[in-house]
Amino acid sequence: MTGAVPARQARTIRTTALLAPSVFPLFLWMVVPLAMTLWFSLERYNLLSPGKSAFAGVENYRYLLTGRALWVAMGNTLLLVGLVLLITLVAGTLLAVLLDREFPGRKICRFLVIAPFFVMPTVSALIWKNMLMNPVFGMFSSVTRSLGLGAIDFFARMPLVAIAIIVAWEWTPFAVLILLPALQSLNRDQKEAARLDGAGVLALFYHIELPHLRRPMAVVAMIETIFFLSLFAEIYVTTGGGPGLASTNLAYLIFRDALLNWDVGGGSAGGVIAIILANMVSFFLMRLIGRNLEDQR
Amino acid sequence: MRTRWQVRLGLTLAGWTVALGIFFPILWMFLTSFKTEIAAVATPPAVLFKPTLANYSAVLQRADYVQFAINSVVVSLGSTLLALALAVPAAYSMAFFPGRHTRDILLWMLSTKMLPPVGVLVPIYLLWRNLGLLDTRAGLVLIDSIGVLPIVVWMLFSFFREVPIEILEASRMDGATEGQELLHILLPLAMPGIAATALLCIILCWNEAFWSLNLTTVKAATLTAFTASFSSPEGLFWAKLSAASTLATAPILIFGWIGQRHLVRGLSFGAVK
Repeated sequence: MTGAVPARQARTIRTTALLAPSVFPLFLWMVVPLAMTLWFSLERYNLLSPGKSAFAGVENYRYLLTGRALWVAMGNTLLLVGLVLLITLVAGTLLAVLLDREFPGRKICRFLVIAPFFVMPTVSALIWKNMLMNPVFGMFSSVTRSLGLGAIDFFARMPLVAIAIIVAWEWTPFAVLILLPALQSLNRDQKEAARLDGAGVLALFYHIELPHLRRPMAVVAMIETIFFLSLFAEIYVTTGGGPGLASTNLAYLIFRDALLNWDVGGGSAGGVIAIILANMVSFFLMRLIGRNLEDQR
Repeated sequence: MRTRWQVRLGLTLAGWTVALGIFFPILWMFLTSFKTEIAAVATPPAVLFKPTLANYSAVLQRADYVQFAINSVVVSLGSTLLALALAVPAAYSMAFFPGRHTRDILLWMLSTKMLPPVGVLVPIYLLWRNLGLLDTRAGLVLIDSIGVLPIVVWMLFSFFREVPIEILEASRMDGATEGQELLHILLPLAMPGIAATALLCIILCWNEAFWSLNLTTVKAATLTAFTASFSSPEGLFWAKLSAASTLATAPILIFGWIGQRHLVRGLSFGAVK
């Protein structure tokens, strides 16, 4: 026996070799593009005029920050995030409470509710745009017309709301997916006791179920926020950011600058701003998940 | 007793109404895929119609559709296999030989997910162009597997931790090396968890839109990019779009049905068990 120390050293070396295949690519992924984005954002660099790139300092940022587009896009991004979060959390909670009850066919209903999450975003956006929200042939307009209300041209009149509805349809299932098991882990005895004490359905929901859901709801909110901050496919397929800038969010603005106008410098500066915005949110998410990891030990 | 019965009936009605309402767009897509193009744009929408399979045969006869479908299969399976291959050793090491930094590494991996893809769109596009990876399946596999890697490590880690360490220690007593221990003991024991992880991975990669829209054009474009091409206003090919979309969605819906119990773990990064 050579003792415990060499054995432990041998083990440390081994774990490094085991960890490296996933740590190294992720490290590259974090560092290289980020450094490049930062560097490009300080350059005057357009792919349409190659060879003319030059250091530009904060010019790209000044151009973005003093222009209107960035602020409109930022406002749209936050509005979209807020709107969809509100819908998915409220609808997701109500659906989870409903699906937590016993009734025939509950399992099938649960899957029908979760199903939209599995549909690829381009497909869901197109179904909604063409078959449901189209002002002439869509399902909704034929319903409103038959009620004598006339047709609503969702994407011309309220593009952001229309996109929010589509995204909410895609992501409410995610909220249900997380909140329903959390609800089912609630102690049955506690609920039974509350019921025997004469608590109604509403009191039960408000005093027992809702407090129990607070943490899973926070998790849902933050994970969704991360995804909603860079919503892209739904906008790309439905409105192309328009009319005007009405449905352009930060992700779409960067795409437009970088890959439609080939303005590498401007697109990168926008990217840096997007990263800063996302980091503010993820800071809180990481703290929450980190605390949870501690609890499990 | 009677009120109890009424409550149950009310719940059943409410549950089914809401569920069918949410599912309706998918159902409508499915129905439309069996209509003629004329019936698909009928106003008021045609509920009763003579079903036709013409759209499916039209879609399947388009050589490019088959190409897109193959790309989707190759990219999602390729990314899943690559991500699993990279993640299994790491998850094994962190689950069974946790060190002082295990928690930090896990959180750091997760934090890479917080980087918004648009933030690095420009450099990735330029890098991929210079590396000749633009519009290649390899390029998409690379970026998709990096994208799911943190989720895979997390999910595998949480599954591996449920395997009793005594079993592994027993095999080590019998003289098994780590490689043997991993291959012959842990992987078979954790197979259900690995399968669930793979399933979620396939779903995420299959539906991934941002990178496939931005990094591919024709050769390596997946079904997400293909369906997006229907957004152009010139043609109203709703029935064909529906048939193509149904074909693209059906396998994932089936995977989702199979894996729904385990998805929560991966999607919440272990924050909700």
